Amino acid sequence: MTVPTTVESTAARLRRSTHVRLLWMCAALVLVVALMIASIMIGSRSVDLGDVLAALGGSATGFDQAAVAKRIPRTLLAVCVGAALGVSGAVMQGVTRNPLADPGILGVNTGASLAVVIGIASFGLTSASGYIWFAIGGAAITSVFVYAVGSLGRQGATPLKLALAGAATAAALSSFISAVVLPRGDIADLARDWQIGGVGGVTMDSVELILPFLAGGFLLSIYCAPGLNALALGDELAAGLGQHVGLTRALSAAGAVVLCGAATAVAGPIGFLGLVIPHACRLLIGVDHRWLLPFSAVTGAGLLTASDSLGRIVARPAELDVGILTALIGAPLFIVIVRRQKVRSL
Amino acid sequence: MSPTPTRSLIPSTTAEAVAGLRRARTRRWASVVTVLSVLVIAVFVASLMIGQTFYPIDEVARVVAGQQVPGASFTVGRLRLPRAVLAVLVGLCFGLGGVTFQTMLRNPLASPDIIGISSGASAAAVFGIVTLGLGSTGVSVLAIVAGLGVALLIYALAFKNGAAGIRLILVGIGISSMLTALINWELTRAAQWDLQEALRWLAGSLNGANWDAVIPVLIALVILSPLLIGQSKSLSITQLGDDTAEALGVGVSRTRLFVIVTAVGLIAFATAAAGPVAFVAFLSGPIAARLTGPGPSPLIPAGLVGALLVLTADLVGQFALGTRYPVGVVTGILGAPYLLYLIIRINRSGGSL
Repeated sequence: MTVPTTVESTAARLRRSTHVRLLWMCAALVLVVALMIASIMIGSRSVDLGDVLAALGGSATGFDQAAVAKRIPRTLLAVCVGAALGVSGAVMQGVTRNPLADPGILGVNTGASLAVVIGIASFGLTSASGYIWFAIGGAAITSVFVYAVGSLGRQGATPLKLALAGAATAAALSSFISAVVLPRGDIADLARDWQIGGVGGVTMDSVELILPFLAGGFLLSIYCAPGLNALALGDELAAGLGQHVGLTRALSAAGAVVLCGAATAVAGPIGFLGLVIPHACRLLIGVDHRWLLPFSAVTGAGLLTASDSLGRIVARPAELDVGILTALIGAPLFIVIVRRQKVRSL
Repeated sequence: MSPTPTRSLIPSTTAEAVAGLRRARTRRWASVVTVLSVLVIAVFVASLMIGQTFYPIDEVARVVAGQQVPGASFTVGRLRLPRAVLAVLVGLCFGLGGVTFQTMLRNPLASPDIIGISSGASAAAVFGIVTLGLGSTGVSVLAIVAGLGVALLIYALAFKNGAAGIRLILVGIGISSMLTALINWELTRAAQWDLQEALRWLAGSLNGANWDAVIPVLIALVILSPLLIGQSKSLSITQLGDDTAEALGVGVSRTRLFVIVTAVGLIAFATAAAGPVAFVAFLSGPIAARLTGPGPSPLIPAGLVGALLVLTADLVGQFALGTRYPVGVVTGILGAPYLLYLIIRINRSGGSL
């Protein structure tokens, strides 16, 4: 296939050799492991490395080792959720061919929130195993709706239309959330805690609960990666290359929705991670989705673990929920991306 | 900006046809404004009469005229009258401010509550209530200052070789999610009592309205709305696109900045008094535009629609539903389906307002 001369320089700039990719991948993996250890050591009570290793070995004597035992599930959950959101964002950006796609921007998180709040209020849900189906269902309905609404009209789903449809849908859904919550003083606290994303206070049960969903979503996304590469060339060209465009799109979107819905079910809405991670990864290892998706998973895990640790440092001895921190870090980057785009391509 | 529908009968001259069309539009505009005004007055009077105790219209009239009526003087004069007046003023402010943004950015979805212009005022007010423990005056001042500050920040960040409308919308969405995170953070740290107040404020509510809250909004409306309405012609011309407007002699950047400051001023004062009443700024413009049709400026009809919405929603929220909902929840629920309908319609036709 010949590459048109106008995009040749861009293509060359974005192409990365396998060596470079492997190098970045290894570096990211090492970084994630280091961040995980740091996340276990850092907190309102700092623990030294010896105690961490002892606690990992199964011993649970003394305060420090008990603290470690508490922090291990939290760290694991941060890794899982971060990986899920990173991949979910990369897939959504690929499916919609839209640099601003993100579960938070598209209102998918709010849809999951509303579904869970309704579940709490009307069906008396109290546990994450009940939330998860509501969250995935809410995320699925909202994402299909926002995408359908945003892609009506002549030019299809432009970033502007999608972002506005997402923001407007999120605004409408939050009205429904307050209508559900306001007359029920008894669930207001539960619902409020749930509306802010965080990984604090979790147990191994939550991690075990979402692992099958994450594995399924991740495998589905990886399976669709070559198809996403073809979609990036445009629907006609992808069809010409033998891709079943509708099927690829539906499968990969399903993978993204499962990932983001499951992550939202256990950790609450965490915005902007899915937006920022794929952009950063594309700069480092290029646009090939077969590499981009795993790399997004690793860096997403790293960023969420780092944000969670940071949230425990900046507000010591209290904690800053990771959902708040990612929004504070991610929104400025979103604005940078918006400013870098030419107006025509927005 | 849709072209006028083709007429079956061909007029003698184009100029005559245009003039006739313009007259017809002005007549329609005038009748829409009249009907809306009558409706606002009717609901206003009804909201003075209806409540726990019903007062007939002559007693209400005597109270408003300043006479002492046992019972009614307190209930109507001190409780219902300030509330209804505040509802009208806040509705006017939101309607005017909202339609200004929608016209300027040529997108009905780009209303201040969706692109984050009003979230600055909300974040500041929650900060004032929770962290600083301010009273209502302090909260209002803080909300007004922060509302203007955030709007200018969004404008500045969107400014790059001129402020493109699209960039303004997207930057606004980004800033608003950041402010939402800050609001959530404040709420997690809030004590139980402050939390109730902050949540009520965030929902947008007219509970506890008194004359002290009415006066600043009234002053802002009297000063700012004539300025805004004076700009309506330049505003309509900017709808033709930046280049065309410049060619027609409108300083686009200057008009835009002036209009933003005025409209945000209106919205910030209204938000400070009643909280961000959901969707009023967003709904008024499109409803008014559909009523008046294309052509004349939708500013005044939009303001009236806003007033009507807030008055009616407050009445519904107080008495028509089982629980007493704050007005913002009612407008939010009313607004959501219309919003979705609107998005679908706009995206399909690709038009503005």
